[in-house]
Amino acid sequence: MVDAATPATAPPTIRPRRRRPLSWRLILSGSWLLIVLLAAIFAPFVAPHDPLAQDLLLEKLPPFWVAGSEPGYWLGTDGLGRDVLSRIIYGARIALTVAFVAATAACIIGSTLGLIAGYYRGWIDQIVSRIVDIWMAFPPVLFSILLVAVIGTGLHSVILAITVIDWIRFCRVVRAETLVQRRMDYVDSARVAGFSQLTILIREVFPNTLPTIIALLSLEMGIAVIVEAILSFVNLSISTDDPTWGGMIAEGRTVIHFAWWVLVFPLIALFLTVLAFGQFGEGLKDRFDPVLQ
Amino acid sequence: MSADTAGTTGAYLDIDDLSIALRADPGHRLLRSVGLHVKPGEVRGLVGESGAGKTMIGKTIFDILPRAVAVVEGSVRLGGEDLLALPEGKRRKLIARTSALIPQDPLTALNPVRRIESQITDRLTAILGQSKKAARDRALTLLEEVHINDPERVLASYPHQLSGGMRQRVLIAAAFAAEPKLIVADEPTTALDVTVQKQILRLIAEMQRRHGTALLFVTHDLGVVAKICQNVTVLFGGKVVEDTDVKGLFAHPAHPYTAALIGATPRYDRPEESLLPVPASVIEDTHREIAAADAAWIVARSPHTKGAA
Repeated sequence: MVDAATPATAPPTIRPRRRRPLSWRLILSGSWLLIVLLAAIFAPFVAPHDPLAQDLLLEKLPPFWVAGSEPGYWLGTDGLGRDVLSRIIYGARIALTVAFVAATAACIIGSTLGLIAGYYRGWIDQIVSRIVDIWMAFPPVLFSILLVAVIGTGLHSVILAITVIDWIRFCRVVRAETLVQRRMDYVDSARVAGFSQLTILIREVFPNTLPTIIALLSLEMGIAVIVEAILSFVNLSISTDDPTWGGMIAEGRTVIHFAWWVLVFPLIALFLTVLAFGQFGEGLKDRFDPVLQ
Repeated sequence: MSADTAGTTGAYLDIDDLSIALRADPGHRLLRSVGLHVKPGEVRGLVGESGAGKTMIGKTIFDILPRAVAVVEGSVRLGGEDLLALPEGKRRKLIARTSALIPQDPLTALNPVRRIESQITDRLTAILGQSKKAARDRALTLLEEVHINDPERVLASYPHQLSGGMRQRVLIAAAFAAEPKLIVADEPTTALDVTVQKQILRLIAEMQRRHGTALLFVTHDLGVVAKICQNVTVLFGGKVVEDTDVKGLFAHPAHPYTAALIGATPRYDRPEESLLPVPASVIEDTHREIAAADAAWIVARSPHTKGAA
């Protein structure tokens, strides 16, 4: 009875779920995004000045640490005497609105089509993939400028343009991920257990694509901020009265030799925000990936 | 004649004359007129090397063949019901109620983002219409049956928290959950450590005896067949070359390929015997045999011949 000596009982080897400490990537990018978000929400209370108030006596004031600055105008003023910091804060409102709404819309449309195409394959996949191919043949920035030029400027147009252009990003990535997941044995097991294709897609496959979708959503928010800035820069975003980062950069460009701060500070805000969105997404992906846990 | 009698003496799984082929090239068969019968309570080994079509048979039974492949001929019956003749919905239901799969790779066979509990109980609630509470109790009992010490904690765990052996135990428990009549175990020990393989093998045999389930054990390991199977079907190139009981297989194999395969299997009881590779001539002869059968099959099905007959 050699067999009796080796009991069939499995040793209790359940690895505890350990919560890893938050990564620096997540902390830093999350903090910056939180600051921008709070500034955008509470702009009327946070901004030291009216972003539209012009005062030609106070034009091109330098930031606070440079000689000749005025107290209260921390980041200086632009060529019309408007406070740069206040304009950046109000600009964040538009940047974040576009980022959240456009990226979420693109995400929902693209992910849904990607899941369906990748899971069901066949003619649905053929149609979706061909549309994506056609979409990819257009240069995106040119496409968005064209779109806004046709449907008119304004916040809604910018959001619509970004959604219409960038859903393919989600569609391609989610479709590829779905193709990988549907080959997993757990899909076959669920089939054998008699679950319908739709149930399997929603309950088994979709949750496994979520880490990818979340990372991409965050990245897309950053891209939406860039596209909005580009459209503002070429004066195709919303009305020129409302401060936008892209618009500020465009205005700063004309006075760069006399007042560099008008260009540089909105550029820094744009850069940090886009970077933070990308890093935040990567950080979340690492954190939610069950295999890495 | 043994295959014929098995078909008429109440086998639970009856596969007759089954051929599957690429959709793009129906003349290129992956399974060549396969017959396979498993009686209630029988443990049948399905042996063959990689690419012999072992897994394809399992996938045909469960109707999960890859898209590029289709059944061109033959029948698959579960408890007398012809699966291929049923409409999709009924076929799915019949498969779910009567059979289950123990998959090859426990790492990908459990959904990484769902807790073990739901992955066992959803079958019970969906197939048998049990309440959540009843299904949970049943899952606990099953986990105890597969000798898991701490079933409560395992139910609350995610797959990545369990070792490969533990996951395979969970999958075995899940397979037996709805008391299926037939279980197909597709190389259930291949992906595991050698030390765990033996435990899992013994566990499957134990569960099979306790539940009286018919078991089709797919493997490339004749040693495993000798340990747990009563009968065995040997597959080569998608064709059945041997169909016999295990004692007969080892005592007097009918096909040269089987004999060569036995010679290539290590035996614990005769360690002094050296292992022999399967001779190339045997492989070539078997390929020739298959090619001849293929030619005959194609001729028999060509419209020209049919018109003449």
